[in-house]
Amino acid sequence: MIPELGHFALVLALVLALIQAVLPLVGASRNNQSMMAVARPAAQGQFVFVTFAFACLTWAFINSDFSVQLVAVNSNSDTPLMYKITGVWGNHEGSLLLWAMSLSLWTVAVTVFSRHVPQVFLARVLGVLGCISVGFIAFMLVTSNPFDRLLPGAAEGRDLNPLLQDPGMIIHPPLLYMGYVGFSVAFAFAISALLSGRMDAAWARWSRPWTIAAWVFLTAGIMVGSAWAYYELGWGGWWFWDPVENASFMPWLLGTALIHSLAVTEKRGAFRSWTVLLAIGAFSLSLLGTFLVRSGVITSVHAFATDPARGMFILALLVLVIGVSLLLYAWRAPRLTGGGSFGLVSRETTLLGNNVLLAVVSASVLLGTLYPLFLDALNLGKISVGPPYFQAVFVPLMTPVVVLMMFGPYLRWKSDKVGTVVRRLAPAGIASIAIGFGTAFALDHLTWRTVLGLCLAAWVVLASLQLLGGRLRERAGASMSSRLSAIPAAWWGMWTAHFGVGIFIIGVTLVGSIDANLDLRMKAGDQAEFAGYSFSFKGVERIAGPNYDASRATIDLSRDGKPVAVLEPEKRVYRAMGMPMTEAALDIGPFRDVYVSLGEQLPEGDWVVSLHRKPFISWIWAGCILMALGGILAAADRRYRRLAERSAPAGAAQHAV
Amino acid sequence: MKPRSKRMMLVGGGVVLLVAAVALVLSAFQQNMVFFHTPSDVMEGKAPRGKTFRIGGLVESGSLQREADGFTVRFAITDTAQTIPVSYKGTLPDLFKEGKGAVVQGSLGPDGQFRATEVLAKHDENYMPPEAAHALEQAQKTADTVSQ
Repeated sequence: MIPELGHFALVLALVLALIQAVLPLVGASRNNQSMMAVARPAAQGQFVFVTFAFACLTWAFINSDFSVQLVAVNSNSDTPLMYKITGVWGNHEGSLLLWAMSLSLWTVAVTVFSRHVPQVFLARVLGVLGCISVGFIAFMLVTSNPFDRLLPGAAEGRDLNPLLQDPGMIIHPPLLYMGYVGFSVAFAFAISALLSGRMDAAWARWSRPWTIAAWVFLTAGIMVGSAWAYYELGWGGWWFWDPVENASFMPWLLGTALIHSLAVTEKRGAFRSWTVLLAIGAFSLSLLGTFLVRSGVITSVHAFATDPARGMFILALLVLVIGVSLLLYAWRAPRLTGGGSFGLVSRETTLLGNNVLLAVVSASVLLGTLYPLFLDALNLGKISVGPPYFQAVFVPLMTPVVVLMMFGPYLRWKSDKVGTVVRRLAPAGIASIAIGFGTAFALDHLTWRTVLGLCLAAWVVLASLQLLGGRLRERAGASMSSRLSAIPAAWWGMWTAHFGVGIFIIGVTLVGSIDANLDLRMKAGDQAEFAGYSFSFKGVERIAGPNYDASRATIDLSRDGKPVAVLEPEKRVYRAMGMPMTEAALDIGPFRDVYVSLGEQLPEGDWVVSLHRKPFISWIWAGCILMALGGILAAADRRYRRLAERSAPAGAAQHAV
Repeated sequence: MKPRSKRMMLVGGGVVLLVAAVALVLSAFQQNMVFFHTPSDVMEGKAPRGKTFRIGGLVESGSLQREADGFTVRFAITDTAQTIPVSYKGTLPDLFKEGKGAVVQGSLGPDGQFRATEVLAKHDENYMPPEAAHALEQAQKTADTVSQ
C-alpha cells in the first residue's frame, strides 16, 4: 500500500511541476499577477509530494518489503539499517528520486530566500526549475518507476552492491546531487535573465550565493567520492580520471569559472554574455554527467541502468535543454553589449584568463571522456584514454591558472600597473621557486612534476599570507580583533578557498612523487620492513559480519620498536551476492597514511599483502575542505542578506569587497 | 596605447594562447590513446609492437599460475578462437576469476607474451566488460564465416 501511495505522490508532484512550469512563465510574459503567484505554492506543494514519495521508498527499504522490485534487487534483510537507507539511492531509480528531491529542495529554498527578487523575474526562475522537474519526474514515471512491484514478492533480497556498503556512500551521493542540481538554479537565473532581457548586474548578484552554494556541495561531494575510492577500492589511488569521476569534475571546473565570472558581472558589469553561457554550460555538464553515469554508456559501479530507453530519454532531455537554451542565448545575447571596460593589466584580465583556461580544461576532459564513446557508438574501434592523457593536459593548463589566481587579488579592477604588482609579488615568486627546488632536492626527487607542484604550492601559500598581511596592515592602529572583523566574509571566503588550493597541491604533488608501495606474501609470524615501519603479520581469523563473512588479518605496525597501530584489513565475501570485497586498513596521520590491503590467499595458505605509505594524502582532503569552507564563507556574506532586506540598487555592494 | 589597439592585443594574445592550448590537448590525445585489440587481432599481427594497448576476453580455465613470490601471475586471455599468454605483477582485482571476462592493458613482448601493467577491475559478479564481450563476439563471427 505504501509504495502505491509513493507512486501516487510522484504523479501528483508531476502535475504540480507542470503547473509550476507553465503558469508562471506564461504569466510572466503577459504580466499576469495571479498566474505568477501560482509558482511559489506549486513549488512548495511539489516538494511535499516528492519528499513523501522519497519517504515511502525509504519505508519500503527499512521494512525490507521485497515485493517492491527495487528493494528486492538492492537490499537484504541482513543488511545493516544504515545501508538499507543508503540502498534507497544506491540504484538507478532511487538515485533519480534523490535527484528530483534535491531539485525540489533547491526550488523551495529559492521561494523562501529570494523574496527580494522582483516577482516577474522570480516567476521565470521557478518556471524554468519547474520545466526541469517535469523532465525528471516524467523520466522516472515513464522509464524507471522506483515503486514497481515484484509479484509474487521475493523471499529474500539480493543485497546492495558491497562496494556501496560504506559510510562514505551515505553522504557522497546526496552531496554530489545537491551540487549537480544546484547548478540548475544558476541556470534558471541565467535563462530568466535572457527571457526578461534584464541583463544588468542585478541578476548576477541574485544568482551568486546560489551558484556558490551549489559549488560547495559539488566540491564536498567530489571529495567524499575520491576519499571513498581511496580506501574502498583497495589500491590506494584517489583519482583515476575514470569517466564517472570526470562527469562530476567537468561541471566543477566550469562551475568554478562561473562563480568567478559572476563576480565580475556583479561588480563591473563585464563578461555578461560569457557568464550566461557558463551558467548554461555548467548545468548542461551536470545533465551530461547524469546521462553518462546513469545511462549505462559507461560501465562502472555507478552505472545501474542497462535499458537503452532510459539513456535515450536522458539524451533527449539533454539535447532539449542545451538546444533550447543556446537558441535563446543566440537570440538574446547580441543585446548584451557594453558593460564595464577594462585595461590589459587589471583584475578582470586575470579572471578572464582563468575563465578561458578553466573552460579549455573542461573541454579537454570532455574530449577525453566522450571521444572513446563516440568511436564505439559509430563502430570505428574501441579505444580508451587513460590518466596519462589527462595528466599531460591538466598540469600545463592548470599551472597558469594557479599563477594567475594569486595575481588577481593584488590587482585593481579596471586598470593597474604591471610594475607595482610585480614588485609586490616578486619576493614571494622568487622564494617559492627556491622552496620548490629546495624541497624537491631535500626529498631527493628532482622531477619536473614535483618541482613544479612544490613551486606552485609555495607560491599560493606565500602570496596568500602576504595578501592577508597586507589586508591587516590597511587599518594600522586599530586593534587586531577589529581589523579581523573589518574584513568581510566574502574576502575570507576567497582567501580560504585559494589557500586551500595551495594545500591541495602539496598533497597531490607529494602523494604523486614520494608514495611507496610493496606487495609481498606473508603468513602468521612474518615480519616485513617497509618505508621505515615494521609490519608484523599476526595471523588471519574468520569472522562473520551482519551480511558477509570475512578473513580478517591482524598486522602490528611499529616504528623503531614502538607500536604505532594495529591494522586489520579484511577480505570479505558478501553472502547474498557471493561477491568478494577488499577492505583496506589505514593508519591515518597528518603527514602520511599507512595503508594495508589484503590480496588473495595463496594455495599454500599464505596471503598476498599490499603495503602503502601515502605521504600527505590528508592534505588533499584538507585542501578540498578549505575550498568548500571558503565557498560557505563567501555565500554567507552579510551583504547578500542585507540586499535581501533592502533590495538595494545596484552598486551598493561595491564597497564590500 | 589607444584603447582599440589594447583590445586587439588582448584578443590576439588570447587567440594565441587558445591555439597553443588546443595544440597541447590534441597532441596529448594523439599520444595517449590506447587501442583495444582482440586476441585474434593480436595473432594476425594487427596489434602494435612495443606500444601500450588493451586486450580482452575470457581468462582461460586452468591457465592461472603463480610464481613463488605470490603476486607474479601468468594466465591466458582467450576469445575462444585465439589465446594470448599474459604475465602480470601485482594484486589481482577481487573479481578476477578463471572462466570469467577480463580486460588487461600492457604491451606485447618479443616472445609473444603480453606484459600487463593493469588488470581492469569489474564491479559486479555477473558483469562482462564490453571489450571482452566484443572480442568473443568477433571470434564467433569469424568462426561462423569459416564454417559456412
